[in-house]
Order: sequence, then structure tokens, then C-alpha cells
Amino acid sequence: MSISLDEVRHIAALARLGISEERARVAAVELSSILEHMQVLSKVAGADMSANTERGMMLRPDTGPPIPLERPPIDFAPSMRDGFFLVPRLETHEDSQEGA
Amino acid sequence: MSVRETATRDMSATGIVSAYEMVVGLEVHVQLLTRTKAFCLCATDFGAPPNTNVCPVCLGLPGALPVLSDHVVDLAVRAATALDCRIHERSVFARKNYFYPDLPKGYQISQYDRPLATQGRLTVENVAGDPESTVRITRVHIEEDAGKSIHDRFAAASAIDLNRAGVPLIEIVTEPDIRSAAAAGAFLRALKQLLEYLEVSDVSMEEGSVRVDANVSARPVGATTLGTKTELKNLNSFSAVERALDSEFARQCDLLARGQRVVQQTMLWDGGSSSVRPARSKEESHDYRYFPDPDLPPLVVASDRVERVRRHLPELPATRRTRYREAFGLSAYDADVLTASKSLGDYFEDCARLHRDPKIVANWVMGAVRAALNVSKREIEDFPLRPADLAELLDLVAHETVSGTAAKRIFALMLETNRGATEIAEREGLLQVRDDSALRDWIDQVIAEHEHEAARCANGERKLLGVLVGFVMKKSKGSADPRRVSQLLAERLGV
Amino acid sequence: MTQSARQAVDAAFQRANAVRAGADGLNAILWSDAKAAHNEAAEVDHRIAKGDVGALAGVPIVVKDNIATIGSPTTCGSRILEGYHSPFEATAIRRLRDAGAVLIAKTNLDEFAMGSSTEFSAFGRTRHPLDPALVPGGSSGGSAAAVAAGITRVGLGSETGGSVRQPAAFCGVVGVKPTYGRVSRFGLIAFASSLDQIGVFGTTVDDAAAVMHVIAGHDPRDATSVDAPVPDYREQRSDLDGVVIGRPREYFPDQLDPPIAELCHRALDHFRELGATVRDVSLPNTELAIPAYYIIAPAEASSNLARFDGVRYGLRVTDHGLRGMYEATRSKGFGPEVTRRILLGTYVLSAGYYDAYYATAMRARTLITRDFDDVFGSDVDVLFTPTTPTPAFAAGAKSDPYEMYMSDIFTVTANLAGIPAISLPIGRVGGLPVGGQLLAPHFGEGRMFAVARALESALGSEAHR
Ligand SMILES: [Mg+2]
Ligand SMILES: [Zn+2]
Repeated sequence: MSISLDEVRHIAALARLGISEERARVAAVELSSILEHMQVLSKVAGADMSANTERGMMLRPDTGPPIPLERPPIDFAPSMRDGFFLVPRLETHEDSQEGA
Repeated sequence: MSVRETATRDMSATGIVSAYEMVVGLEVHVQLLTRTKAFCLCATDFGAPPNTNVCPVCLGLPGALPVLSDHVVDLAVRAATALDCRIHERSVFARKNYFYPDLPKGYQISQYDRPLATQGRLTVENVAGDPESTVRITRVHIEEDAGKSIHDRFAAASAIDLNRAGVPLIEIVTEPDIRSAAAAGAFLRALKQLLEYLEVSDVSMEEGSVRVDANVSARPVGATTLGTKTELKNLNSFSAVERALDSEFARQCDLLARGQRVVQQTMLWDGGSSSVRPARSKEESHDYRYFPDPDLPPLVVASDRVERVRRHLPELPATRRTRYREAFGLSAYDADVLTASKSLGDYFEDCARLHRDPKIVANWVMGAVRAALNVSKREIEDFPLRPADLAELLDLVAHETVSGTAAKRIFALMLETNRGATEIAEREGLLQVRDDSALRDWIDQVIAEHEHEAARCANGERKLLGVLVGFVMKKSKGSADPRRVSQLLAERLGV
Repeated sequence: MTQSARQAVDAAFQRANAVRAGADGLNAILWSDAKAAHNEAAEVDHRIAKGDVGALAGVPIVVKDNIATIGSPTTCGSRILEGYHSPFEATAIRRLRDAGAVLIAKTNLDEFAMGSSTEFSAFGRTRHPLDPALVPGGSSGGSAAAVAAGITRVGLGSETGGSVRQPAAFCGVVGVKPTYGRVSRFGLIAFASSLDQIGVFGTTVDDAAAVMHVIAGHDPRDATSVDAPVPDYREQRSDLDGVVIGRPREYFPDQLDPPIAELCHRALDHFRELGATVRDVSLPNTELAIPAYYIIAPAEASSNLARFDGVRYGLRVTDHGLRGMYEATRSKGFGPEVTRRILLGTYVLSAGYYDAYYATAMRARTLITRDFDDVFGSDVDVLFTPTTPTPAFAAGAKSDPYEMYMSDIFTVTANLAGIPAISLPIGRVGGLPVGGQLLAPHFGEGRMFAVARALESALGSEAHR
């Protein structure tokens, strides 16, 4: 199984990693060779493992107080104004609907 | 687009719409009424200064971990139960991965291939003529909300407020069972009513506690396969949903009629121009890379938990309507009106518990009270006359302490002055007067002022008696007892 | 204790200076503050004076820099968190402080704990205390080196695939990885959430067990932490009569370094002499471990590290628009190994590949877990294996990523199965420490420590010869 340069560009974009062309080329080779070693897994592909044995999660009551912040966001935020985190102006409305 | 094209489009659209059938499925996000956020202990209340209801968890700080609130589970199970869903004993939280500044962790905790509940239905009464229609519910799952991005506050920057980040939601997804914009509206109103009754959410589109997306496609009438759908977003009210559906349906019909294809895409509703436009497409197609959230073991909802929720399920609209008909002997119409919103029904019941005649209470609530609400643009919750105040007034009428006419004035004055019915009746002299001497004085004055009519009445024009009684009532500002007045008048005129 | 907390802490700093633990020397320590630590120790002495003697009263401790602490930076050895001070503290740290321990340093690590050599720290590699040309192992190499150099007797690290046991073996100290869910992950900056656990280094098994006893136990702030009682970890056994020790054949391959195999057999002989039965067993799916691990861990990491986006904290590099800011921040902020694993993890989760990779790897994980259930179900008490296939290697020796990944070959299985494991020194090869590993059933730490102690005392000074 080998990863193409385009696939590397695609996943780098998904992961918001700005990587240079040559870094992408190297990555394509590295990742392909790593995935070579994963072939051994093909023997268990498809095997049904649906064992619902895992413990269910513990829930908590619907009451505070929240875990305190020893220091307010303004202390660690790269850019803040009037209590808001600031980021470069966003383009599309579609973006803001993403994942709703 | 040129004027001519617009014209032809409109013509063709209206012309061919009838040849196609609208097919709609809805995705409704509803905010749950919890004190704390879904996975952290921050308060959910709105209006707090930006980024003050935040903690390490909902800020997505390194090392923080989510822990789910049991109340979120109970409310979600309550909603799913009321929607007749199958509730799965084991469901799984997944991470929906995408980058957006108001999504602190870079992923949304949601449910994907193993949701809390599936295969439900909601029956919507009398939609567009037909008696009732059932919309199948595909799934109900739990997820967390994102924060807020404000784009118009600062010049070159967007402002991020994470107070809302992590607020618990349920997403309700329907099958494509809806066949008209009106039916979509009816479904949403029925759903809103149901969720209000369940006290699962306050279901207010204005406050953003409900969000609706609609998938719509068109197909030739009689066809059984589905056409290509588009997704409608930015629907900020139920009526916007209806208008957007009609306009998008017309657009699709027009395309199909010209033999063109509908492109599967997201369309945005623009309330201003009452039209839809395609959302700008992104650089790379969405690939959310869902996988089970390793921070959260499977959610196990044991059958006894479901039973407990089921047992404590509040009365639902349909049940209440029947009860109003049977217990209070109200007409089907009155029962519908009074149960339309839970709070109006509660008001009616509280009052009916205090005043012996439920029909009278129903008439006043549906008449005077609703009229007053419309005028004052107020919700029943903050209507100044509480059920006890109204009951006091209705008791006065029942005991004939005040007349029906006087009651209307007292009601108005109660709203103005916030004083009790009895107090107003006394201060305004509206207590019904049965003392004959007082009545006779008014009668004498009326006869003096209307000699002519009095004479004609005395000479046998009996119908004028009513008129004269009316004059007396007016003089008494409605406080006179009309029956006694007409007796005395009759004696006085010898008729 | 005869020594006051202040004396112990001051002694630790003297030792740190003597061995040159800082950037100019071992580069094991990324942050320390002698004055602050001294004052904290003074408070502990005050508590002791008032009769409040915690289990670790006055014990100086070093902590891996991917565990959130207050009063010191928490950087994960990454540019993206350079200078970041956490506004909250890990549960394990709070428990240590409550028990009277004094945090004296935050230690170096492979960036975000991704590595097996502590070469991949944005702040320079950590050097092996015995030979600066060698790596101390990783990713918790800073804590391992600090304890091995005698700066403190105990330290915290974190485990995802062997990041405590492997450096412990390389440096000749004891390293413990608890049962998954035994120690709260709250405040441990996630690499791969389903595998991560905070682990402990100790000069001796007793040291490590004492710290583990303090940090173990349920934490309502971690939904994966298990609400099970914490037994006494001090159980001593003069003999191992009736104890069955499994020797998994897959961990003793023919190509295993002969001297290492020899030291293992010597250890197994000691077990026999102590009255234990040594039984050959098989864990047939072991070969799936590294491939499964290097799919699951990067997949989870790609999601866990999405929060480092320059919006709310940490590094922000501005470029064209939001998209530019994201990409500049993350490419400048993350080093090559982290970038490689994020790419790998994003790939195996992306549309069309999920089933072929992630889903399949999860199946392999289940099979590996069942292997252990089977052997422990057939009255085997603990398993004994070498901790690593080789002793400490030279910096830069492993240029091929997968070759580096293979150094976890004997340790990743415990993380995949969620079982506890311990590495302790069993001797030396060419002057370099070699570790032996004990693997125990879920929540079998008590028995595991007892067997480790027995071996430790049986080996005596042999362990470091
Ligand atoms: Mg959703
Ligand atoms: Zn919070």
C-alpha cells in the first residue's frame, strides 16, 4: 500500500499542516514504507470482534462548580480583546455552519 | 439574471411545480435544559460576558478531559422515549474532526454509527387537510455545541466566545417523509410543542436553542425513487423553513422541467431577499474522520434507567387534549387551543381548579386573556393576572356580585392597576345593585330623559322595554341587576 | 525520615549541578527553580512539624513535561507550547503534593511523548548518564536520566507504548506502567488517549511502588479512570512458592541479542530458586502489536493534537487569513516526528481507509488482549520478558522511523492490552544496563511488585553488573 503525493497533500490539508513540496515528497515515501509493515494486519481484516464487554462510563451529577482556572484566558491567549479570542477574519458562512 | 429570465423562471416554476412532489427530511438540533454543560461543570446560562462560562475542559486546554452529565442522558432518553424511539443499551461517542476557531478541541464530541436511539416516529395532527400524518424519526443522538464566532464586531478579526461551547444538544433526524412546506412547519411546531411539554428544552429559535437544517428534493408526482437533494441551512425561524422549502423546491422543479440536473449541495436561505443561494464550496471536501472517542467509554443506558424516565414522563399534548375533553367537557376545538402551548394549558388548569365552571374559565382564557396577550405581545408566563386573580373575578360573576358587563371592565382595570377584582368592583361601584330604591332613582332619571320612548312603551311597544333597561344599565355603569330593573320598569310603566 | 524536606531538596539540586543535568549537560531537565522548591520544602517541613506526615513527606520528585503543573511551564518538549503555563494541575501532581512530595524539575521528553530516544525534543536531546553519545531511551528519557543520575529517587513519566519501561531499562532504573484506568489521566497531555497512562520511575521497586500507591485511584475528572480500591503495594515475599511465571516464546526470538537472552535466563533461574514455576507460554498475536500500535496511536494523536491551533493558547504564527494561521502555526510548532504521526493518523482515519487500517488495528488489539486473558486465565501469575531488544543505542543510530518503532516491540503489548508492567535492572551488557519486564493481569500491580521485589533482592548487586 503506497501513499501518493496528492494523498499526502490532501491529509496535510485536512490536518492543517503547511508542508513544503519536498517535505510532502519525503512524507509520501516514509508513510508508504511504514504502511508496508502494516500488511501483516490484513490477516485479521473483517474478523468480527464485536465484544460488548467494555465497562459503561461513569456519569456525573448536573451541578458545578467548574474546575477553576488558576489564571484567566487573557494570560495565555495569543490574541484577546473585550474578552473575546481573536482570529483572522473568517471567510464563508458555510464554514461557520460546518459540523452543526 | 435578467428581468426576462426571472419572468420566465417564475412562470415555468409556478407552471410545473404541480407536476413534481416535494420530498423533505429534517435535521433538528435542540439544546437541552441542563444546569451544566455536557462534558464539564460550566454553567449553561446565556448573556454572561464572553469567555466567562469556561473551564479547562470546554476551552480544550491540554490535559483536560470530558465527563458526561447524567441529566443530559435522562433528557435525551426522555425525548427519544416520547418520539417512540428504540433506545440502545450501549451507544458510543465519536469524534467529528474538523478545524474551526469556535471548536476548541478541533473535534466535536457527537454520536455517529452507534447513536443513543433510532427508529422513532412523531404523529402530526391535521396537516394540510389530511387527518394526521406520521413522520419517521431516523435517530436521536447526543452531542456538544460549538462556541460562537462573531464576524462583524472587529475590523479584520473574528471574535470567538466559548461560553456556548460544550452546551448539550440532541440532534433529531427524520426520514424523508415530509411532502410539503406546510407539513414541515406542522412537524416542527408539533416537535416544539412536544419538547416543551417534556421540559427537555425551551425550544426557542430566537435564543438559538433550536436549529433546523432541511434536506429537500423534487421528483415527478407518482415517482418512487428519490431525486437529488440539496441541504438548506441558515433557517432562522419555522416560517423561514417553510418559505425556503417552497423557493428551493420551485428552483429544483424549474431545473428538472428544463431537463437540467439538480446539483447536490448546501444552499443558504436569505431571509432578506427571500431566496436561496449556494453556499461557497470549500477547498477540500468534508472528511470528518469519525472514530470512537477514547476519552469516553461506551454510554450504557440500563433498562431500569429508561423505565424510570418513562415512568416520570410528563403528560403529553395528545393525552392532555383528551383529558380536557373528558374531565372538563370542553369541545375538541377548545381543547386544541388550550393545549397548544403547555404554559397556556397550565394557566387554564390552575384557574379551573379554583373556579368551579371550567367552560367559563376556558372562554375567558381563550377570549379575554389571549386577546390581552396579543395586545401586550406578552407570553402567558408573564401575564400580570395570575390564575387566582382571574378565578376571583369569575367567582364574582358566578355569585352575581357583578354583572357580566361589569366583569369586562373590571378585567381591563385589573390589567391597568394590578388590583384585585373585588377591590376594583367596590372602588368603581360595580357591585351589582339590587336595592330597589337605588334602581328606582335611575329608572326615574331614564324616564325623564326619554319621555317619548317611555310613553310609547307604556302604550304597548313592549320591545322598547329592553332599550330602556339598557339606558338604566348604562347609567348604573353596569352595576344594576338587569332582571330586577326590567321588572321595576314594567311595573312603573304598567306593562 | 532523618533528613528534612529542605535538606533533601537542596541535596537534589546539588546533585543536579554535579551531574550537569541542564541543557549544557544531560539536558534531562527543561525547568527547575531551586528557590521555589526550597520554599515548598519548607512548607512540607512545617506540615511535618505539625504531625502531618504524608506518605512522601519531603521526597523530591522530577516530572515529565507533558504533565500539567502549576508554578512551572508545561511544554511537552514542543515549540507549540513553549512558555505555556497550565492554569490547572494534573490529579497525579495534586496527590503527590498532598502526600508531601516536592516537585523539583520538569524533565525533557520526545515532543508530545512521540519517540523512543528523547532525541525528538524541540529543546535538544537528552544524553545517557553513562555515555553522552547514547540515548537514554524515551519518550520519558529526561525523568529516567534524572533518576539514574541520582538527582532524585523517583520521577514521573508517561507511557503510551513503553515510554517509561524502555528508558528505565536503558538507564538501569525501575519503571512502572500501571493498569489502564489505575491512574488518572487528568492533566496528562494526551498523545493516544486509549493507551496513555502516567508511569513511575524509581531507584528501587519500593520507591516506585510507594509513588504508584499515592497517585493510583479513581478520579471523577477522568471518565476512563476505574473506581477500584488501591491495595497495599508493599507486600514483601521472601520466596515465590506457588507462583507461576510465564515465559512467552514470542518475546525470546532467535535473533534476540544473546547477552540479553542470557541475562533473562539468569533472572528466570533466580525465580526458580525462589520457588516459582517457570512455564513456557505463547502470545500468538504478538506480531500484530507494532503495526496495530502505529495505526491506533497516530490516529488518536492526529485528533488529540488538533487543539493546538494557535487560537486560545500556545504558539501562533500569523499568515494569510485563518487557514494560513493554522498551517503556519502547526508547521512551525510541531517537529518532524509529530508531523509524521499526525499525517499517518489522519491518513488511516480518512474516508475510505478507516476500515482497512483503524478498524483492523482495533481487531488486532482485541486479539492481543485475548492472548493475555488466555495465559493469565490458565493460572499464570505474571509473565517475564526482556524489556527491550537491545541496550541503549547511539544518538542518530535509528534514522528509519520504523526501525525506531521496533524498539517498543516488547513493551507496546501491555499498553494495547491495558495491563500493568514493570521493568527492572537485571544486569549489564558491555557496561550498559539491561531491563527485565514483568507483565501482570489487569489491576495485578500488587503481585507484580512483590515478584519484582523478590527478583530485585535475589539479584542484589548483579542487577547493576
Ligand atoms: Mg450534529
Ligand atoms: Zn467548561
